[in-house]
Amino acid sequence: MSELLQFLFSGVTVGAVYALVALGFTIIYNASDVVNFAQGEFVMLGGMITWFAHQAGIPLPVAAFLAISITAAIGVAMNKLAIEPARGAPIVSLIIITIGASIFLQGAAQLVFDKQIHDFPAFSGDAPIRVGGATILPQSLWVIGGALAVFVGLWIFFTRTLLGRAVLATSNNRLAAQLVGINTNFVMTLSFALSAGIGALAGVLATPITLTAYNVGIAFALKGFAGAMLGGMGNPKGALVGGFLIGLIEALTAGYLSSQYKDAAAFVVILLVLFVRPQGLFGRKSTDRV
Amino acid sequence: MKMTPKLATLLVLGALVLLAPFLFPSNFYYRVGSLIFVNAIAVTGIVILTGYAGQISLGHAGFAGIGAYACALAPAHFGIHPALAVVLGAAISGLLAWLVGRPILRLKGYYLGVATLGLGILISMMLNNERQLTRGPDGIDVPELGMRALLKGWGLDLTNGQFWYYFCGLCMILGAWLALNLHDSPSGRALRALHGSEIAARTVGVDVARMKLQAFVISAVYASVSGSLLALQNKFITPDVAGFMHSIEMVTMAVLGGVGSVLGAIFGAAILTLLPQVLTIFAEYEQLVLGLVMMLVMIFLREGLLPSILRKLRRKGE
Repeated sequence: MSELLQFLFSGVTVGAVYALVALGFTIIYNASDVVNFAQGEFVMLGGMITWFAHQAGIPLPVAAFLAISITAAIGVAMNKLAIEPARGAPIVSLIIITIGASIFLQGAAQLVFDKQIHDFPAFSGDAPIRVGGATILPQSLWVIGGALAVFVGLWIFFTRTLLGRAVLATSNNRLAAQLVGINTNFVMTLSFALSAGIGALAGVLATPITLTAYNVGIAFALKGFAGAMLGGMGNPKGALVGGFLIGLIEALTAGYLSSQYKDAAAFVVILLVLFVRPQGLFGRKSTDRV
Repeated sequence: MKMTPKLATLLVLGALVLLAPFLFPSNFYYRVGSLIFVNAIAVTGIVILTGYAGQISLGHAGFAGIGAYACALAPAHFGIHPALAVVLGAAISGLLAWLVGRPILRLKGYYLGVATLGLGILISMMLNNERQLTRGPDGIDVPELGMRALLKGWGLDLTNGQFWYYFCGLCMILGAWLALNLHDSPSGRALRALHGSEIAARTVGVDVARMKLQAFVISAVYASVSGSLLALQNKFITPDVAGFMHSIEMVTMAVLGGVGSVLGAIFGAAILTLLPQVLTIFAEYEQLVLGLVMMLVMIFLREGLLPSILRKLRRKGE
């Protein structure tokens, strides 16, 4: 029983990271209909920049703040330089552009930082907390708390603020949003900044547990995407639940079936979801208009 | 005889394969050339899937992995000739594509991309993890094809590099010829029709699901043969051949050169295969440059390099 609890704890921890990545996917997807394959690089940048700034002597909270701001700026630059000029391009082109951005950011991280694996100290120490025969690291609570806080923050932003509603309106119908005076270009910029910032936050929170290196992004992007898709593409609630579920499935696979194939779990889930319920758990069935 | 685009493409390819060696500064370039041809074969398959039928796959390296490991494993375990192993690998790849293709190809756009990506990753994961069979990430030896010895018996004495250069070149031209024939056949027209609009194609009687499946299976066989040829000429293979990056490279090569035309895509394969060779001094910048090239081409030359260049030339000619 305590074994199961232990697996659940580790599943919820990685799941929270995936949920943050999935939320980032969702924001950009809603604003622009683009699936940003570079989403995982934001997580990498969050971790790497924080490490870099911290070892240069900057206190951890400031370093983390710096990392999130810089990554958000990189997200905005990516939108301006790579996504906006390609508006209306076929999906194949957009996939290649965002994968290109992802490879580019990895290459840049190799040059600016290095190819080593890094970490920085956990926020509240490393003493494990005992719960019902299993243990959980204080940093895990930070990660889980972070994911929930971001979700609640986004929910308030999208439903209670004028700006958030403008984003929602743009994602529903860009032209109509423009007609009622919403600056849709600003909405796009904001979405990329938010999404990149959330990705970086995930990197900052998770690095003391998962460590970071220039090439960790792809795995986060794929699992986060799996979560977003499982929950239903474009649905924030789905992204949250889907991310946590992918983390749990992965941890249980590693614990009970095979740790070698734990990464396979996410993809098996994805394939099953796509075949059985392509709209995901929370998505509505869509019909194509001719 | 009237010069059709098909004939022109084949003549250009044939001339390039035969004439390029005269420009080679060293024998090393035979090796580079055969790598280009191997990639060109896989990329021709992508042209059929993405250029003709408009479907994306981010997991075709998985099929290359099957082709490669068939050449490593089948001769050792079933005692068959490596040449037959190429056929076996192609058959397994085709069968797998046929089995998973039907449900997968119902998906569109991003969903199709991610489903194929998942498929590719599962295959590469198996090659990495089933150590007792594949020896895992360290790679495995592949037996000699034995054709060079055969040719020597007939009085044609080629170095190893030369043999693989001409042999892969021949395979590439054969692959291009088949793809070009498909382009002009009723099947090819049906594929291009469903690329334009699946619903319109359906209303004029195209069996959309069957045609997409056909394109998927054919392109999987191309990828598989390409993987086999890579394994046979290196006499060694690692699971990287089935990796995510290899899948991305295939699609990028095709789209870079021009996914709508066989010649364009092969051009793209040549550029992206040469790039790391040219950039060896800038090895650190390789990823940076690759990512930048991918973005720039997709933003500014959406049809790919070759069609864009040809259009410019034509306009100048007028």
